[in-house]
Amino acid sequence: MFELLGIPPQALFGQLLLGLINGSFYAILSLGLAVIFGLLNIINFTHGAQYMMGAFVAWMLLNYIGIGYWWALILAPVAVAITGIVIERTLLQRLYHLDHLYGLLLTFGLALIIQGLFRNYYGSSGLPYTIPPVLAGGFNLGFMFLPTYRGWVVVASILVCFATWFVIEKTRLGAYLRAATENPEMVNAFGINVPRLVTLTYGFGVGLAAFAGVLAAPIYSVNPNMGADIIIVVFAVVVIGGMGSILGAIVTGFGLGLVEGLTKVFYPEASATVIFIIMAIVLLIKPAGLFGRTA
Amino acid sequence: MTASTANLTHRTGLGDTAAGMSMLHRGIFIALLALLLVAPFQFYPVFLMKVLCFALFASAFNLLLGYGGLLSFGHAAYFGAASYISAHAAKVWGLTPELAILSGTAVAAVLGLVFGSLAIRRHGIYFAMVTLAFAQMVYFFALQAPFTGGEDGIQAVPRGDLFGIISLRPDINLYYLVLAIFFLGILAIYRIIHSPFGQVLKAIRDNEPRAISLGYAVNRYKLMVFTMSAALAGLAGATKAIVFQLASLTDVYWTMSGEVVLMTLLGGMGTVFGPMVGAFIVVTMQNYLAHMGDWVTVIQGVIFVVAVMMFRKGIVGVIGHWLKRSL
Amino acid sequence: MRFKHTLVAAVAIMAVAGQAYGQEISIKIGVMNDRSGLYADLTGEGSAVAARMAMEDFDTAGKGWNVEIVSADHQNKPDVASTIARQWYDEENVDVIVDVPTSSAALAVNQITREKDKVFLVSGAASSDLTGAQCSPNTVHWTYDTWALANGTGTAMVASGGKTWFFLTADYAFGHALERDTSAAVTAAGGEVLGAVRTPFPGQDFSSFLLQAQASGANVIGLANAGGDTINSIKQASEFGITQAGQKLGGLLVFITDVHALGLETAQGLVLTESFYWDRNDESRAWSKRFAENHNGNMPTMIQAGVYSSLLHYFKAIEAIGNTDAQAVVAKMKELPTSDELFGEGEIRADGRKLHDMYLFEVKKPDESKGPWDYYKLVNEIPAAQAFRPLADGGCELVK
Repeated sequence: MFELLGIPPQALFGQLLLGLINGSFYAILSLGLAVIFGLLNIINFTHGAQYMMGAFVAWMLLNYIGIGYWWALILAPVAVAITGIVIERTLLQRLYHLDHLYGLLLTFGLALIIQGLFRNYYGSSGLPYTIPPVLAGGFNLGFMFLPTYRGWVVVASILVCFATWFVIEKTRLGAYLRAATENPEMVNAFGINVPRLVTLTYGFGVGLAAFAGVLAAPIYSVNPNMGADIIIVVFAVVVIGGMGSILGAIVTGFGLGLVEGLTKVFYPEASATVIFIIMAIVLLIKPAGLFGRTA
Repeated sequence: MTASTANLTHRTGLGDTAAGMSMLHRGIFIALLALLLVAPFQFYPVFLMKVLCFALFASAFNLLLGYGGLLSFGHAAYFGAASYISAHAAKVWGLTPELAILSGTAVAAVLGLVFGSLAIRRHGIYFAMVTLAFAQMVYFFALQAPFTGGEDGIQAVPRGDLFGIISLRPDINLYYLVLAIFFLGILAIYRIIHSPFGQVLKAIRDNEPRAISLGYAVNRYKLMVFTMSAALAGLAGATKAIVFQLASLTDVYWTMSGEVVLMTLLGGMGTVFGPMVGAFIVVTMQNYLAHMGDWVTVIQGVIFVVAVMMFRKGIVGVIGHWLKRSL
Repeated sequence: MRFKHTLVAAVAIMAVAGQAYGQEISIKIGVMNDRSGLYADLTGEGSAVAARMAMEDFDTAGKGWNVEIVSADHQNKPDVASTIARQWYDEENVDVIVDVPTSSAALAVNQITREKDKVFLVSGAASSDLTGAQCSPNTVHWTYDTWALANGTGTAMVASGGKTWFFLTADYAFGHALERDTSAAVTAAGGEVLGAVRTPFPGQDFSSFLLQAQASGANVIGLANAGGDTINSIKQASEFGITQAGQKLGGLLVFITDVHALGLETAQGLVLTESFYWDRNDESRAWSKRFAENHNGNMPTMIQAGVYSSLLHYFKAIEAIGNTDAQAVVAKMKELPTSDELFGEGEIRADGRKLHDMYLFEVKKPDESKGPWDYYKLVNEIPAAQAFRPLADGGCELVK
């Protein structure tokens, strides 16, 4: 077989596919962050902790109540979204009139609290969560063996991302949301309950994070640090894509997964840093991000 | 900077003249000096030195945030880089401690200049994110580069002899050196804040468009304060490496950047004495609650939340507001 | 006259007796390890339990000794470890620090212990530098080290057919050291290293690296990593069908608590080296049962067993010389042969290395196990003389 850039194309496709799978997680997480920032102007540092809570709720549902994966996919995001709504109602709402850096500091503090509590009760080693039997096993694609579950992750995230994009860009509800970001007083004057819209949107963004957590539970170990490790990377994704852009977050999320996958093949030591280098470059050349609108 | 950003900082008030130091501030400094001169006979000197290093770090950070109005989320880069250079200089190059500390500080200043010149092109949250990205790059460099020792860090850093004559191995000698460095740093910051340069800085912080319209080269001012802040943070880091005889990855990790934000927020952004108080509280808490493991993280988070929701002025800010003086 | 003689004699005897028994032996033991993070189950509170058992079994109270145990969490960070060690030695009069997992932390404590002239009994950490370049007359390295693990797993696997190797190396100093030592052992045993890939540390997803390992076609995939990285690589290797397809995984730093966390379904067939297993023989079973009663039914790990064993020997040395002077005690520990129900017979070398037999285990299949903690089957025993790095090769300055 001929070699492409020094490695056989089979290996290359395998790595790209894996990169796409990782990109799915980045895409859903950055989508949640982008929704929250784009529509609410809040930088939700708690996002990583909420992703972790999604995985934990799924684990708890299985181990304390006996509810399995498929129900967890719906119940966990709802449960975590409710906690998000409570946070928004009691704390975040009071900070809207201030510089949005305060929102960042508050959510940072909340992330510390949540992570510390979970670490205290569950330790740091990680809890096992088995892949649901229906999704176990895999396909031999010739150039690599693709576990069914990972294929499912890609499919699920594409569906969710598309659905979110569609709702925000193409439906009436989405139109209200976008209008409310630009001119909340006007939209309020038209009779739309803007504060409630904002609360529900925050809840939705948080729910997306938790959904990603449930998806992650069977393949990454369920441990309290899983959010902290990934949140910084996701921030970079959102910033590169454009802080308020839904499409930007999705495209950049998948794109970055691919770039990371390639780096792992050619220069693995840098695969953790490459995203920050790209972020710094993008910010300096195109400050609003690749798809962003305002600086 | 938008008008709402000005809410981030405590307004200056009485006793804040460009010429000379107010009586109140002079009094506080003298009392502080007196207290710190006798403290090592009552408290564990190594603990005190840790507080002093972090107090300097927080004050340097506050220079940028409280007076410059710029929130950097990557100050660990300067603190940590200086720590590594200082440790390496003392251990491998065999430099005397004061030279090691100076080299660490110099490297931090250069890093600050380079990163700062790129970062200040952006504002607000984007500025914060760029600084974070740069800090992450420094972290990964520290993780990989052979001289930093990776996970082990640089250990067994010799304390050496100050100027080649005064041995720093006894804790008490080192303490007085650290005290001297701390006061130098704090007084430098005080001088910067209460100078014509400092006044322009505050004008830029409060209303950047107006400052531009008045003809000030705002970017130059911002870059200068960024570099100074980085250099002083580096001074703190370089000193810390000599005190603990260790430079490790904790110094460059993003949680260190988060901690210095906490100290400044808790103590009082935009106040002179706030960051010191914040640093003292956070370091003491970490020390005495260490046996509580992860509850310390939870407590820190709670303090963050409470500070943001109710005590945005910070402890010293609240006291100053109450006394109607600027602290 | 006779009465006076008797009186003088009695006083004289009491004075001499007073010298021997009246010397108040006061020991403060500091158990420093990870109580909240990755190694909390491996070390943590269990090590403190083991330390207390050593106190009781040696009957320090009965001998009139004043022994106190304190513990602290170093969070696997060298700076936290060094701060605690300093404070313990300077302010709290701790005489000996035990355990300390995570090599970077152990090296820091090693340094400070030497400076302050106290004693350091390492059980948790792996770095063979502790008895090599960083050796010290105040430190004894118990339980295991990287060389022993590399040699055990590497040589043994080559001997049982795993001739070609590919490494997944965590890209930090410890990972590199593990890879280096194992490569040397593999090559010396007649095997071949086909390649290695450096994985960013710490990592979550090893799929692309595992794929590269699979593509290499090596018999054995050596996991030169630890903790969460190891657990994730093993899980993902199973997920991608790599182990099912025939390649074996060589765990270079795997503990029984990792196997417990993974579950036998995923971990079966994994080959690893340890120096203690609770179910190895009657004595170990008896001791472990007592341990489990004090520790929520959890079986002891080799690290916790090492804490017990090292303290027992430390007490013996103190009893022999009658005082707690650091370097004198350590010298006596090296002079006396060691013997306990957990590690059997052994000795401590000049460089501070404790010698005992090592064991190669393979993780059982789920149907081979009778219950929780019944995870290992013994594959091979490595006698102490071969298990550890030869004395001359370490580069320790104490070895002339």
